[in-house]
Amino acid sequence: MTWCELPGYWVGNEAIQNYGCRMFGGLGITLQLVVISVALGCVLGLAVALVRIYGGPVAGRVALAYTTFFRGTPLLCQLFLVYYGAGQFRPFLDSIGLWGFFRDAFNCAAFTFTINTAAYQAEIFRGAIQSVHRGQWEAARALGMRWSQILRTIVFPQAAIVALRPLGNELVIMVKSSAVASLVTIFDLMGTTRLAFARSFDLSVYLFAAVLYLVVVEAIRRVWDLAERRLTRHLHHA
Amino acid sequence: MDRILTLLSWGNQGWLDELASGALVTISLALATLPFGLALGLIMALVKRSDSRVLRAFGTIYTTVFRGVPELLTLYIVYFGLQLGMRRLWTGLGLPGTVEMPAFVAGMIALGLVLAAFSCEVWIGALNAIHKGQREGAYALGLNKAQTFRLVVFPQLIRVALPGLGNNWMVLLKETSLISVIALPDLMFWTGRANVVTKEPFLFFGVACLIYLAFSLVSAGGIEALERRANRGFAQGGGSR
Repeated sequence: MTWCELPGYWVGNEAIQNYGCRMFGGLGITLQLVVISVALGCVLGLAVALVRIYGGPVAGRVALAYTTFFRGTPLLCQLFLVYYGAGQFRPFLDSIGLWGFFRDAFNCAAFTFTINTAAYQAEIFRGAIQSVHRGQWEAARALGMRWSQILRTIVFPQAAIVALRPLGNELVIMVKSSAVASLVTIFDLMGTTRLAFARSFDLSVYLFAAVLYLVVVEAIRRVWDLAERRLTRHLHHA
Repeated sequence: MDRILTLLSWGNQGWLDELASGALVTISLALATLPFGLALGLIMALVKRSDSRVLRAFGTIYTTVFRGVPELLTLYIVYFGLQLGMRRLWTGLGLPGTVEMPAFVAGMIALGLVLAAFSCEVWIGALNAIHKGQREGAYALGLNKAQTFRLVVFPQLIRVALPGLGNNWMVLLKETSLISVIALPDLMFWTGRANVVTKEPFLFFGVACLIYLAFSLVSAGGIEALERRANRGFAQGGGSR
């Protein structure tokens, strides 16, 4: 017996034992999907936030439209738009060599999740950057620092601490929202669980999946709390 | 272009009437879930702040579970679980035939349970924001606990909780899209149908996104107006004049 069959064995449930390995495999896919999209979304989100604040009226409006659209529509709808919609633009995607990318459901999901979370993260970064007091900017300029230098050495380190908690929330939200990937044929944790239920008609596989999601979310929360305490230790007096 | 206009027209040729009926289901589901979820959330907030340790532990477990489990999974568990439970109860009572769980009710319960867990945190924040002196003053006037809550605390609560509850509403509105997986004919359901029939996925999912976006924008405006109204007796902007 492999380790992934053990939980089902312990609770004495055949369905969980039989599909345990598939479900843990699905959990791996879920985590891959989330880590990839949140990491890429972080970079894109920061770029969007900077454009939104410093990009001038036109680019700023475009960035605003981007965040409004992706924060105002359901992730499921966006995913279907990309997943089913990509097929319609096959000749075009072929000509720019991207059809191979969009043919794969995993890539579609990773792409959609990335641009979705980037929109949310952009708002987090915008708020964090704007929360840095103007006096910091003025002092840095008085010292003769350049714009990029000020951002990098003065603003970002202070904004990062403000952004930390909401970013942790966003990561948790992505773990949960990634379950919709199962609706475009991806066998993530939700997908493998649906399969297990369709074959065994045993509702306890859903409960087991809920426990797994809960463990992941709680682990992220705990780790984030520790990280936050460590990174803000200079702010605690006595 | 003509083809697109035909596809988006009202009637037999086009899909606009189907999309509109789906949008109506989406909105009714969100509106039906709202009072149930908010009321349960307020109850859970009071439970989490109660003096009994058992109740507090229950409240913590409730919010941890429903905030940590994906909404889609909650929806499946509620839908299939209730279906199973109701069938067992039905046959257990010796009633003839079978019983079906209406998808609308299942969706309402699942989304309501999740909304309760999230709005609970908002309510707690608002309850904490109300000054202790308000309660003490009410007790000093001889009001009992229930009266104090109903007449003194609650009216002030709404104003403080409104921004957070507005957020909850926006999230709920988007979450209703998940309901299509249990075959409720909402906006997503009809969009998927239109996609299968017409093979125009980009057009239809794009239109669906825009409809959701319109709902979100209208909601944002509505929430802002509500907040303005709730704050009308309070100094704004922090300026002293």
